[in-house]
Amino acid sequence: MTTPAAYQVSHLDALEAESIFVMREVVAEMERPVLLFSGGKDSIVMLRLAQKAFAPANIPFPVMHVDTGHNFPEVLEYRDQRVAELGLQLVLASVPEALASGLVRESADGMRNRIQTPVLLNAVEKHRFDALFGGARRDEEKARAKERVFSFRDEFGQWDPKNQRPELWSLYNGRHHPGESIRVFPLSNWTELDVWHYIARERIPLPSIYYAHEREVIERDGMFYAVNEFFRPRAGEERFKAQVRYRTVGDASCTAAVRSDADTVEKVIEEVAATRITERGATRGDDRVSEAAMEDRKREGYF
Amino acid sequence: MSTEIVAPAAEARPMDLLRFATAGSVDDGKSTLIGRLLYDTKSLFTDQLAAVEAVSAARGDEYTNLALLTDGLRAEREQGITIDVAYRYFATPRRKFIIADTPGHIQYTRNMVTGASTADLALILVDARKGLVEQSRRHAFLCSLLRVPHLVLCVNKMDLVDWSQEVYEQIADEFTAFAAKLDVPDLTVVPVSALRGDNIVSRSENMQWYEGPSLLHHLERVHIASDRNLVDVRFPVQYVIRPQSTTVTDYRGYAGQVASGVLKPGDEVMVLPSGFSSRIAAVETADGPVPEAFPPMSVTVRLADEIDISRGDLICRPNNAPAVAQDIEAMVCWMDETAPLRVGGRYAIKHTTRSARAIVRGLHYRLDINSLHRDESADELRLNEIGRVRLRTTVPLLADEYRRNRTTGGFVIIDETTNRTVGAAMIVEAG
Repeated sequence: MTTPAAYQVSHLDALEAESIFVMREVVAEMERPVLLFSGGKDSIVMLRLAQKAFAPANIPFPVMHVDTGHNFPEVLEYRDQRVAELGLQLVLASVPEALASGLVRESADGMRNRIQTPVLLNAVEKHRFDALFGGARRDEEKARAKERVFSFRDEFGQWDPKNQRPELWSLYNGRHHPGESIRVFPLSNWTELDVWHYIARERIPLPSIYYAHEREVIERDGMFYAVNEFFRPRAGEERFKAQVRYRTVGDASCTAAVRSDADTVEKVIEEVAATRITERGATRGDDRVSEAAMEDRKREGYF
Repeated sequence: MSTEIVAPAAEARPMDLLRFATAGSVDDGKSTLIGRLLYDTKSLFTDQLAAVEAVSAARGDEYTNLALLTDGLRAEREQGITIDVAYRYFATPRRKFIIADTPGHIQYTRNMVTGASTADLALILVDARKGLVEQSRRHAFLCSLLRVPHLVLCVNKMDLVDWSQEVYEQIADEFTAFAAKLDVPDLTVVPVSALRGDNIVSRSENMQWYEGPSLLHHLERVHIASDRNLVDVRFPVQYVIRPQSTTVTDYRGYAGQVASGVLKPGDEVMVLPSGFSSRIAAVETADGPVPEAFPPMSVTVRLADEIDISRGDLICRPNNAPAVAQDIEAMVCWMDETAPLRVGGRYAIKHTTRSARAIVRGLHYRLDINSLHRDESADELRLNEIGRVRLRTTVPLLADEYRRNRTTGGFVIIDETTNRTVGAAMIVEAG
């Protein structure tokens, strides 16, 4: 929504322009970029920005899904539909395959969040990707609040938070040696609410689980987990039906839903604007491990 | 399966974006101030607050230490210091705000320079009991060096000086006099108590003598639209779009973000460094053609003539062009702890979308950023030091003075061996 008379742009236009600039920088300077596409709302927005950045040409890089095997069927269906529509190449980094080949072992609690990392790094090495677009935002989590837009990873995929490259103006430094790579976060400056406003403005379809629906759940640590083949209730946990929606979409074994009646994008915006709990705080069991859970995972090469 | 949006999409409110940098240390109450802004604009979430309260209690802090909100890294929490720039977000119905929260001590000058490089406004805090200190002057200088268009001095802890107008005015006068020497275009001074919330979101009851706006009121209304340079057309070509497609043929578009000026179809333009002229045939986005493009829009420009243009070239107007120069005079802030900048050193540089190599031909002086004294005997710049440097580049830069254009006037210096960003440069003269 530009008002050319006043030469002003709205905050959404400013964010969009910045993200498009970042994506074009990567394609201009890096050899083999790939976009991490989970079927979650942030990666869906990122994909829309990629379409815009290179139109009328096609998106000039493949997308990669790190498949934990614990998926929501609605999300997989969405992923495949989107990939087909845009004529994209989909690279699958499969945790079940990595388990079968012995690359990783199932963790004691059955959560596959941490074991995604070696699977991701393995795929990066195999395909020689040197730039990975991720949908992470700085408002999500305090370690992410300190991460650069172009975030350097060494040959082990590790992030060193104390040794980050200064990032000035819009001059991004993507230089690296063979084997090293750059994680690129075009949505760094977007908030959850910005993402939803943009989804509304661009009329971007989303997997249905982002909107309110009835689901059989159990309550654990104040979060609502869907009962499915990946998530087994513990003794004493009572199943019940509730009107819920997902604020984030991750591994189905550790992503929880929130109670919600928001069944349209407008209602979701109202809900997000009024909420007093962060999206990860409300929905991610994996972040509750410790005060620095995210920083520790990121150091190892997590998204 | 996907849910189609049937109802007309709600338009985002036409709010704009203000980026501001804060500088200061915990002692000045900076974290309390940021915490207060976030809390009072309902941008602080209960789980974040609960986490901070729990950590504070576990550490035996006497009060909830809001610094823990922004000190996100393990090392920062362990050492109780802010190491790096943290970005924070909040919004009011008028504006979205991005805070670059930077540490204040001299050993983190590079972080402050980084935060200030993209800021529309900088917020400097002083403790009313202590008045201006060396650090306040240093912060003001760095903001002026980075050409942050608006400066706000918050005289904090007014509750501890009995809300004294006299104390406030003395600090405000002293700072205003200092800022005048620095060529600060816009300065506002606000007396506040971050802890008690006075003059943060709403006007203070305790300081009836103060007639200015609250801090948030000022942040919401400070006029930033005219900070952008709409006169000098500068369009660094970022990427050439040439679809390999059977449906779109013969398409050639130059993608980039407008650095300054206004581009319209029909405009006569010149392409640098070649000097060829053409006319703008169309300015496009993915959503269709637009009547004009201005900063910070990302667009694709199509020209009437087929000329050879690639990444790193720049589109401008024939009668208003940047310098095409290999000899560059710049103020450099050195950011590398492992090796200093030395005369004779060779580096990679990145200037707009153009990469080149450069050799340091001379170091005129090193600036003491506390006293502004120029040391002309200096022969190197170490971490966090700032000096005036002469460079020779392998290819011409399409450059403006930094004071005229923050995009075409700034560049970064990169170590070719480690690939690290080791310096930030602001062009004083290109010729």
